[in-house]
Amino acid sequence: MIKFIFRGVLRDRTRTLFPFLTVAIGVGLAVFLDAYLRGTTDSMFNTTARLVCGHLMVTTSAGAHAGEYATPELALLDVTPRQQELENSYPEVVWTPRIRFGGIIDIPDSTGMTRAQVPVSGMAVDLSPGGIEHKLLRLDRILVRGKTPRNTKQILLSEQLSQRLGLNPGDRLTLITMTADGGMAIADFTLAGTIRFGITALDRSVLLDSIADLRQTLGLPDGATEILGFFKNGVYNDRRAINISRHYNARHTHPDEFSPLLRPLREASGMGQLIDIVANATGLILTIFIIAMAVVLWNAGLINSLRRYNEIGIRLALGESSRDIYLSLLAEAFFIGLLGSTAGTLLGLGAGFYMQRVGLNISGMMRNATVLIDDVLRARIAPVTFFIGFIPGLFATLLGNAISGLAVFRRQTAQLTKEFSE
Amino acid sequence: MADEYIIETFDLIKRYPMGRQELVALKKVNLKFRRGEFSGVIGPSGSGKTTLLNIIGSLDTPSSGSVVVLGEKVETLTPYRSAQLRRRHIGFIFQTFNLLPVYTVFENVEFPLLILKVPPAERRQRVMAALEWVGLADREKSRPNQLSGGESQRVAIARAIVKQPAIVLADEPTANLDAENSYHILDTMVKINQELGTTFIFSTHDEKVIRYLRRKIKLLDGAVVADKHAQPSGRET
Repeated sequence: MIKFIFRGVLRDRTRTLFPFLTVAIGVGLAVFLDAYLRGTTDSMFNTTARLVCGHLMVTTSAGAHAGEYATPELALLDVTPRQQELENSYPEVVWTPRIRFGGIIDIPDSTGMTRAQVPVSGMAVDLSPGGIEHKLLRLDRILVRGKTPRNTKQILLSEQLSQRLGLNPGDRLTLITMTADGGMAIADFTLAGTIRFGITALDRSVLLDSIADLRQTLGLPDGATEILGFFKNGVYNDRRAINISRHYNARHTHPDEFSPLLRPLREASGMGQLIDIVANATGLILTIFIIAMAVVLWNAGLINSLRRYNEIGIRLALGESSRDIYLSLLAEAFFIGLLGSTAGTLLGLGAGFYMQRVGLNISGMMRNATVLIDDVLRARIAPVTFFIGFIPGLFATLLGNAISGLAVFRRQTAQLTKEFSE
Repeated sequence: MADEYIIETFDLIKRYPMGRQELVALKKVNLKFRRGEFSGVIGPSGSGKTTLLNIIGSLDTPSSGSVVVLGEKVETLTPYRSAQLRRRHIGFIFQTFNLLPVYTVFENVEFPLLILKVPPAERRQRVMAALEWVGLADREKSRPNQLSGGESQRVAIARAIVKQPAIVLADEPTANLDAENSYHILDTMVKINQELGTTFIFSTHDEKVIRYLRRKIKLLDGAVVADKHAQPSGRET
């Protein structure tokens, strides 16, 4: 009987084509949207994590309170033992210290007099070759000119800023900043290379320095404004991050403002609401998608039932029960849903893979933006993307046909002969 | 003997609501049909012929009275049991053929056997036998839109007899056919009746059909006004 039904489904294109196309397009859109949304939000969260606050961030309580205005005065001390403790307690996370600072760079002319002075936004990290920061900051990819620092007193500077100031690798410059105890710090550096993060907000004024150098400049031995943690699989896990922060903070009471405080990305970046919205957005989109598609397929099912009115009547007259006809309509719907969902998933994955590989360059739109997001938006295909549209597609087809098919039970067999004579 | 009768109606009444009034389609109809009869209910349009066939075929139920088909009281059957009765024991032939357009001749005839869950090999053999009966074995792969009216009705006959039902109900089977095709299918049905012993009950006002009937039940305004056995005169010469 199943073979008989499928033969009919395959032969009667007017019965199958519209529902098939509806499901395929709907599922394709859902799959693509999921991949795109995932890629975009991943990009947003991971960019923020990589450059600002990690998936997890340990600061002093005072540093956390000051937020982006935190200065080296509020830095953590004894960073090495603290990092060791974090590594032992949470082995799924990799930890790295950073110092965030502000300052001015002074560029001398050929006579040694000040040619220009500009404010910079500085970040001191472990720049040792093969270190974790190489990977996190993608130093090989963002380096535009010169090379990464190999010796002490070498820095990297934004390509955009270097261009504006006419600086080239090998040029000398002076950094003027504030020490950990509030004094003035002045240190000479050589420009090792220039960098472009591809993030407009950063590329205006970023300066990258070796943390060892800066500790010396700031008089902050074994200090850091923050220790950042990153999940080793590269994906932010909000629930786990919250658990880790609760566990760590419970072990470290806060008698003073310099005691450590661990915060997950949602708190450290102020992106908690956005994370919640994103987490719910996929569910919301899919719910709307299922309802819309079920309504369309319900209507298609009704039109189909009208068109097949005669056929269903014949089947009732020949002795097929209403229940069996209803089940056969559901079997047809399952078959069409299966084909449509498979085609739609392949369609969505194809578009998603293209967007994952090629991406969408939005640098033109981000010229004056201060949002930390990559200039190229990419989709991300996750394991869940493979079935996120498939199951709702199948479900919506079954639901639409299950509702429209109920008409079979209202059919009056007493009218069949009259109908067949008309 | 009571069990000689495969269909019996007792004071069968069928009323239809018509606004505030009622239309009485059948008025205390009492009939008995023996196995193997070749009979017809004749009468003008609106006389209640189709209603009677509908109730005998368990497509409808009486308003009062009783109808017993193969020992089953039609008025007490659930929709599922009614479907079961039709599926196993009753074949229908309609005025407008009503073949399933997306399926081939073979598949159309095969359909009642699929519902009965007959095994594939037996199905094939029975479908081909039914198509042989109606002379369409060579058209098994054709689609309904490739057939003439006469051929379509012969496929409908094959579909009705393939499950070897006890009863075949034919509602105006020749209404859409020319004389030659009408005689052809009537000859086929007589042959089936004689060789397989299938009971045929027609609803008709076609003189060509009436000439073939061995029993003629005349209905007028829902009441049986005549019930005669006669020697069929057959094809008009």
